[in-house]
Amino acid sequence: MILSNNQLTIHEAHRLLKSRQLSSVELTKACLERIHQVEPKVHALVTITDELALRQAQKADELLAGGDTNPLTGIPLVIKDNMCTKGVRTTCSSRMLENFVPPYDAAVVEKLNGCGVVVVGKANMDEFAMGSSTENSALFITHNPWDLSRVPGGSSGGSAVGVAAGEAIYAIGSDTGGSIRQPAGFCSVTGLKPTYGRVSRYGLVAFASSLDQIGPLTQDATDCALVLNAIAGYDTRDSTSVPEPTPDYTQCLNTDLNGFHIGVPKEYFVKGMQDEVEIAIKAAISQLEEMGATVDWEVSLPHTPYALAVYYIIAPSEASANLARYDGVKYGFSYQDADSMWEAMEKTRQYGFGAEVKRRIMLGTYALSAGYYDAWYLKAQKVRTLIRQEFDQAFEKFDALITPTSPTVPFKIGEKIDDPLQMYLSDVCTLPINIAGVPAISIPAGFADGLPIGMQIIGKPFSEETLLKVAYAYQQATEWHKRKPNI
Amino acid sequence: MKLSGEEVLHIALLARLGSTETEVNRLSEQLSNILESFEILQQVDTTSIPPTAHSVALQNVVRNDEATTSLPQSQILANAPRREENWFRVRAVLE
Repeated sequence: MILSNNQLTIHEAHRLLKSRQLSSVELTKACLERIHQVEPKVHALVTITDELALRQAQKADELLAGGDTNPLTGIPLVIKDNMCTKGVRTTCSSRMLENFVPPYDAAVVEKLNGCGVVVVGKANMDEFAMGSSTENSALFITHNPWDLSRVPGGSSGGSAVGVAAGEAIYAIGSDTGGSIRQPAGFCSVTGLKPTYGRVSRYGLVAFASSLDQIGPLTQDATDCALVLNAIAGYDTRDSTSVPEPTPDYTQCLNTDLNGFHIGVPKEYFVKGMQDEVEIAIKAAISQLEEMGATVDWEVSLPHTPYALAVYYIIAPSEASANLARYDGVKYGFSYQDADSMWEAMEKTRQYGFGAEVKRRIMLGTYALSAGYYDAWYLKAQKVRTLIRQEFDQAFEKFDALITPTSPTVPFKIGEKIDDPLQMYLSDVCTLPINIAGVPAISIPAGFADGLPIGMQIIGKPFSEETLLKVAYAYQQATEWHKRKPNI
Repeated sequence: MKLSGEEVLHIALLARLGSTETEVNRLSEQLSNILESFEILQQVDTTSIPPTAHSVALQNVVRNDEATTSLPQSQILANAPRREENWFRVRAVLE
């Protein structure tokens, strides 16, 4: 029949499903088979939902037989394990929530289920989405399918690997400081962090509420547009959700870059950046220039070097407040062998959280504590204003800014885990985007010794169409996104 | 910026986070290093710059005062570590 079902994109699979050359059950079985084949090597999934998947696939086949034409109907995906799935445990890759079974679906899950999708698994992540390598999962480490001795990036590492290794056709992740884009770059898939407020976070386990956003990880820009169509939109249950109209994101997919202005901020080509990454990204931008875009190679965003500190004060501060809810009373891990309420609470949190989560709770609690609030938290919020203003000014001149997604290719498992600051630096190109709340996409832009390089395209608020258009145009002219790991 | 073991213990108390002596020593060193590198923020002139709490200009988002159905008690209690009939069982707050 088809070469390999699990290498189909959403739009390819949809065509075959619609013309009844392929059934959703067949496609789902192919993905489940692939999961059982590669999972012992990559460890991307916390829970494999095979029974649910086959039930959903059968239902999807009925919908398709009845003339359903939703582009996502019957197509298998994996969902990051910090989004609530009714009746399916949602662990956040933490001991704290290892046995938590949500009584409701997250808004995105609800919307996807409404499209008749097939959920084949819940994807591994850094505990509570805190990390850049998925090594902070309290359950197990996920391996990069391009080189099993390397990290897949994080925190949506399992989601990126699920797509790259063909376990599912696409994935849903969340991005607080790069957690969709950085693993997308490390695994050579397309990953979009929409504008803050574009996708409802209702049912997403909160990490840093002023930064968190949900988005798709897919095999190309067209798929990304199709998934965004399904999940974007206003939701009264998320008070930061923005009542902006949602366009049809596939309408903008064309290759006409004439009159298109691209800026290349020099601060993103940082000291310590790997040469091959810089060369690949500059070549990719030159390609867009040849296709008709105008490129300014000397843009400056002078506050960029402060973004790391701003992020690692604001995100842990918000996390320390959000994670105060884990007290062992209503759900989650609960230390029983204690003499008092306070002891039970302290031990619950001591044994329920892993090292990085505790580090960030401590850092955030410190930055918010009496006597330090002004010097750290308030200062960071003020510098945040300056970073946002710089982006606003840049977007008066440019349609998009382009940078590398990460300064290096995927690093070795264990290489940075004992040095938190080194680990934080691997997100240096993606953090400023969440601080400003603007959208950005990472797309495959080459390889160095067989290891993926990601290119980040940044736009002004609610310009997802622009980002998807550039990504689409680039992917029409190149083949990087079509390469698959040999696993 | 140096965080002493004593300060780490104070923050741990505020965060209700139990910790061993090894953890306190490690955190004292790691948090000191992290905070030291973040001191570069003090170089930025933020006089008369307002703080940004989050990036979209939404204010006072309220919902309509309408009654909606809640999840059934049994589902909410299903994840309770300790329960008694239809209640969460908690430890004594006042001894």
